[in-house]
Amino acid sequence: MFDSLSGRLERLSTSLRSRGRLSDADLAEALGEVRTALLEADVELSVVRAFLDAVSQRVRGENVAQSLTPGQHVIKAVHDQLVEVLGGTALKVTYSSKPPTVVLLAGLQGAGKTTTAAKLAKWFKAQGRQPYLVGTDLQRPAAVEQLRVLGGQIGVDVYSDTTDPVAVARAGVAEAQRLGRDVVIIDTAGRLAIDEALMAEVRRISAATDPHYTFLVIDAVTGQDAVHTAKSFHESLELSGIIVTKLDYDARGGAVLSARGVVGRPVVFASTGEKLDDFDLFHPDRMASRILGMGDILSLIEQAERTMDAGAMADSAQRMMSGAFTLDDFMAQLNQVRKMGSLGGLMRLMPGMTKEMRDAAKNVDDGELNKIEAIIRSMTPVERREPQIIDGSRRARIARGSGSSVTAVNQLLKQFDQMKKMMRQMGGGAMPQLPGGMGKMAQLAARGAAARGAELPPGFEAMASGLKAGAPSPTPGGGPKGKKKKGGRVTPPKQR
Amino acid sequence: MIALWIIVALVVVASIVVLARSRRRRHPRAVLEPERAPMPEVLVTQVAPRPEIDDSPSMDRRLASSRSIFERVRSITSVGSLSQEQLDVVEEVLLRSDVGLATTTALLDELRTKGAPDGVAAAIRSTLLASLTGERSVRTSADEGRVPVWLFVGVNGVGKTTTIGKLAWHETQAGRSVVLAAGDTFRAAAADQLQLWAERTGSDIVRAAEGADPGSVVHDALGRAQARGADLVLADTAGRRANNTNLLDELAKIRRVADREPGQVVETFMVLDATTGQNALSQAREFLAAADVTGIVLTKLDGTARGGIVVAIERELGIPVKFVGIGERAKDLVEFDPASFVDSLLSA
Repeated sequence: MFDSLSGRLERLSTSLRSRGRLSDADLAEALGEVRTALLEADVELSVVRAFLDAVSQRVRGENVAQSLTPGQHVIKAVHDQLVEVLGGTALKVTYSSKPPTVVLLAGLQGAGKTTTAAKLAKWFKAQGRQPYLVGTDLQRPAAVEQLRVLGGQIGVDVYSDTTDPVAVARAGVAEAQRLGRDVVIIDTAGRLAIDEALMAEVRRISAATDPHYTFLVIDAVTGQDAVHTAKSFHESLELSGIIVTKLDYDARGGAVLSARGVVGRPVVFASTGEKLDDFDLFHPDRMASRILGMGDILSLIEQAERTMDAGAMADSAQRMMSGAFTLDDFMAQLNQVRKMGSLGGLMRLMPGMTKEMRDAAKNVDDGELNKIEAIIRSMTPVERREPQIIDGSRRARIARGSGSSVTAVNQLLKQFDQMKKMMRQMGGGAMPQLPGGMGKMAQLAARGAAARGAELPPGFEAMASGLKAGAPSPTPGGGPKGKKKKGGRVTPPKQR
Repeated sequence: MIALWIIVALVVVASIVVLARSRRRRHPRAVLEPERAPMPEVLVTQVAPRPEIDDSPSMDRRLASSRSIFERVRSITSVGSLSQEQLDVVEEVLLRSDVGLATTTALLDELRTKGAPDGVAAAIRSTLLASLTGERSVRTSADEGRVPVWLFVGVNGVGKTTTIGKLAWHETQAGRSVVLAAGDTFRAAAADQLQLWAERTGSDIVRAAEGADPGSVVHDALGRAQARGADLVLADTAGRRANNTNLLDELAKIRRVADREPGQVVETFMVLDATTGQNALSQAREFLAAADVTGIVLTKLDGTARGGIVVAIERELGIPVKFVGIGERAKDLVEFDPASFVDSLLSA
């Protein structure tokens, strides 16, 4: 949703900025904008109404802080209400002292249960657990086969037989116990909430395995029906939480708000891409920031810490600061970035993205990285160490060798050069002059890292402290101004 | 080449993160912080205590009241012009069916100008029906000497493979010989799923290993169909996001392969899950541009979802719904009937 909501809020803030006082008509107009944004984002109608009521109460009930303009006041009320509806912080997953901890997944057909089961298993594995998958979807042709293939990819065993779903679930848990696995994930067949027979079956599976967690898997692009589905499953199974899939399809995902609003259970995990890595705990507080266009730098940092080879990265980063950074280092870093997951997913987490960048990001995929790698690999070792020797004829050769164009080679070299200069500035403790959205990105990254108790390079200390002063600005996309050039951003490099 | 710019930015951010972390390690603080936040190891003695159920009675009441509003739309009998209150009721019905805000507003405008000479229910019914007048016939034959191909596209999890299975059943029932092309080489076991349908319906199937080029699978299927004199090729494709240019380009390529001699694409169906909200419109727009969609198969209409977004799709993009899925069985995939669809929309 969140693109359209933050966009509308921004426009709203502009139109309300000049007002000294908020009239009832202003408020009604503002709430109308919010209603439109929420409905366009597929938030269910009754959830929208409850949301608007609550915002309006907030606006009327609270004393207007002196420092806030009426526009900011409304936006703050919307933000606070969003945080409340999305629900505080992430759910903590706890484990049964008598293993295995049983996790049951349920949902409609096509919500992504089987893929989610595998992603969840991978997540538990990364937590140092020994997960076990049980496939009880004996209905959809080859569903169990799909689970086995995915299990093979992540190195997790899969149990299934052809008796009946309840028996499979029971036997699967027993088998996990025998094998000493501590987490069992039960995949179930997709079913309609109004299908009494199948709902009774999943209740029997639940009764037979007594799951510690029952998650509803729901598709982020679901429309108004999200509420019916969530409600019916909750009544049948007493959900402990929700897993949202396909959050990468659309920036909207109002189903998150709908389901959460009606069931009152937290969204626990979110899946943001096709790769088995594109899956993590859902952080409502971070989602709220993302809505306000502030990106989700904390998630990005966590993902980096989880996947990157710290030693190699630290070495090349150190060289980067000292100015001895080469194209080889650059390539090594690109490959580290690649390990973090699909680029599209990462982009979504980046703060300070301008509209052009966001649009471009939709089309960035791993092929772009391959192109860059091809260009660098077409250079000689000397060229990689000393890119300044690359003259016209070398450029032409590199372009030919990598199957790209001279323009692309030029672009890359220019970017590399800029980046190098920037990093040297920071290493020297200066506040680097970062162009456009990148400045904001680096700032937020610095702040995020600082919030996690990291010591920052001198240049970044200055940056982070510039941001730390004062509470998060209620203005979407807000942040300290000043380092930006006139007009807000430097023209990004021309599009080919 | 903004992409490059973004990638560089990402590298910078990533290196900042790592750098910050490596510094932290080299200069441990007085209080030793664990390298990583420890896993929450709260051991529970029995079953993890579940949080209290939030009944949210107010929400219940809201849903109940909205239900009674639906009943009221039929009971509004006033003739002639419509009051704001009546329009509000209609708006609510349409919004709840996923028709979408823009289309709902447009429909309400039409309603306002037309008035309601035969009552509101009849007026909104005819307004909706007027939006659903596209050509719904399905082409099963190609030019002389070419093999007709139906190509199936859509996002993940909408039921493409199942739809193909069901249509294969219909077509073989109608006496046509069918070749299935297992073009979803991405999702694990998708080809196995289609294989089972081939066995059930007695159709021929062409498949390749996971990760193979889908275009070559389609190409081989065309060759097989021609060699055996088959009447129709049904080509599956992997589910894909509608907002990724590269995946859409791949789709366009598959379509080109399928449309090359001896094949001819006579229908490109976008399979759409009825529970989908406003995103369906962007899906339709992108798939139309990439693969020249000729019709929509609306699946999973047997649940509580109404699938009203197809009204917006047909109005804005002119893509008609051709089939609807109203149940699990093969024969539950039926031809789309605007009148009964509109009735079910309004009886939500």
